[in-house]
Amino acid sequence: MALDVESRQVVETAEGEVFDQLVVNVGPSHPSTHGVCRVIVHLDGEIVTRAEPVIGYLHRGIEKMAENRTYLQVVPLTDRLDYVGSMYSNWAYCRTLERLADIPVPERAEYLRVIVCELQRIASHMMAIGANGADTGALTLFVYAFDQRERVVELFEALCGQRLTYNYVRPGGVSYDVPDGWIEDVRAFTTEHRSALAEMDKLFFGNTITRGRLKGVGVLSAADAVAWGASGPVARGSGVNWDLRKHDPYSVYPRFDFDIPTGTEGDCYDRARVRLYECYESCRIIEQALAQMHSGSYRTEGLPRLIAPPPGDAYDHIESARGALGIYLVSDGSPRPYRMKVRSPAFCNLALLPMLSEGHMLSDLVAILGSLDPVFGEVDR
Amino acid sequence: MAIVDRIGAALDRSPGGVILTGVDALADWARGKSLWSMPMGTACCAMELIAASFNKFDFDRHGTFPRPDPRHTDVMIVAGTITYKMMPAVKRLYEQMPDPKWVIGMGNCTVSGGIFYYDTYSVVRGIEEFLPVDVFIAGCPPRPESLQDGILRLRELIEQESIAPGKRRERPLTLPSPEDGCGEGE
Repeated sequence: MALDVESRQVVETAEGEVFDQLVVNVGPSHPSTHGVCRVIVHLDGEIVTRAEPVIGYLHRGIEKMAENRTYLQVVPLTDRLDYVGSMYSNWAYCRTLERLADIPVPERAEYLRVIVCELQRIASHMMAIGANGADTGALTLFVYAFDQRERVVELFEALCGQRLTYNYVRPGGVSYDVPDGWIEDVRAFTTEHRSALAEMDKLFFGNTITRGRLKGVGVLSAADAVAWGASGPVARGSGVNWDLRKHDPYSVYPRFDFDIPTGTEGDCYDRARVRLYECYESCRIIEQALAQMHSGSYRTEGLPRLIAPPPGDAYDHIESARGALGIYLVSDGSPRPYRMKVRSPAFCNLALLPMLSEGHMLSDLVAILGSLDPVFGEVDR
Repeated sequence: MAIVDRIGAALDRSPGGVILTGVDALADWARGKSLWSMPMGTACCAMELIAASFNKFDFDRHGTFPRPDPRHTDVMIVAGTITYKMMPAVKRLYEQMPDPKWVIGMGNCTVSGGIFYYDTYSVVRGIEEFLPVDVFIAGCPPRPESLQDGILRLRELIEQESIAPGKRRERPLTLPSPEDGCGEGE
């Protein structure tokens, strides 16, 4: 059976030393693999000598399916790519389509997109930090973080009726305008979220056990982060100051005042900490966006149901919670995409796992995997 | 509802604390109120499965406690799309669970493949192709409340069961195996 691996191997090192190697199969269903990742781990005692991720357990063929859907029917498919942060896939796809078919977007829609995507960043990072805590034995943090995520999900439910797969960002705008009282609810949430973040910072990041488990584990140098194509909090945790919101500004992001938190060490601790500070910055962006947003139309009226862009191709990317999420579309003039390709940040970040986990204990492997924050809907597509 | 649910009131009325009940009623009551679950979360539905287990929805109060080890569990909650590559792993985990065991299919993907029914080559169109499912929950994804409803429905099913060998609810004894070669990745 495909799941069986040879459990003992005799290995001879270059120096002529012979030792027994234990091969352990982790996954594809394992609570700490964040989905359906399978890692074949080669162990010397308790030290990982080689970790080999096996992906594809959630390959659903979304890119191929898109070729048989009209451009509007692809939007719900993109929801299922990165299911922890569906708004990003929606937005990246819609931006590419808007560029390809030259669809205008009203200003209010751009602000709404920024607000929901920053809320989504908070929800996604809460999941990542909480899972990082749960992997290292601090399940309490997961409960704290999931409480915050649940509030964001409630806001989304009030906005578009769905808790997880929103289908909210549509070509030419968004699907609904804000309901009554929603803006006040978001303001109340950001205030409350800041104090919750401060609490989590003290509870988790100041904790001696956490520091012992995460500091110095899975160190990624800035040069490696760039060379391996890492992006998002994984690259920023290593001190690479690269964020598409600042360095390739899109939408209305240039109008906001915010900072890019970066780490210094590049270990699991810094990656998790960067995510926490990004939540503060997201709160800042949301508050500014709410103050600047004017009334107006939330979508472009009169768009045809069957969008048939002129032949050609387009690529656009946004900064998702996991990094640079890009979508490439090729049109042959018909109302269906000729080809859709997703540049998935989770896939690129997961490629770092063998390098980062080498030489660490098996129990650190889950901490490293958690700090890379892969979502397998997006890795396998 | 089983007789033993009213155990406290019955004790008051009975002389000497003796209650008469059926063995099946007692067994089903014990099984149904402590359904430890094997969270087989593969895709989007796993997020709602986690949400159902945590703060706001709090699955523990139904006695449904997630244990990510098949040997400790009674019910497998399959949450999410199952691909042909994943199918042997799910099947193997199901086989590792001790009897009696039940399966809840959460989400449209487990019902029929859902949004991935058409135009894709890698998705199992419904987990009933290889698992005996007791309760299906529709939705893409279903809300955590729907999952709780599914657990309550499963409890109703369990309360109709008998532990006598001849009277067990009919279940397939052998699992249909996947077609030769399919799902055997690598």
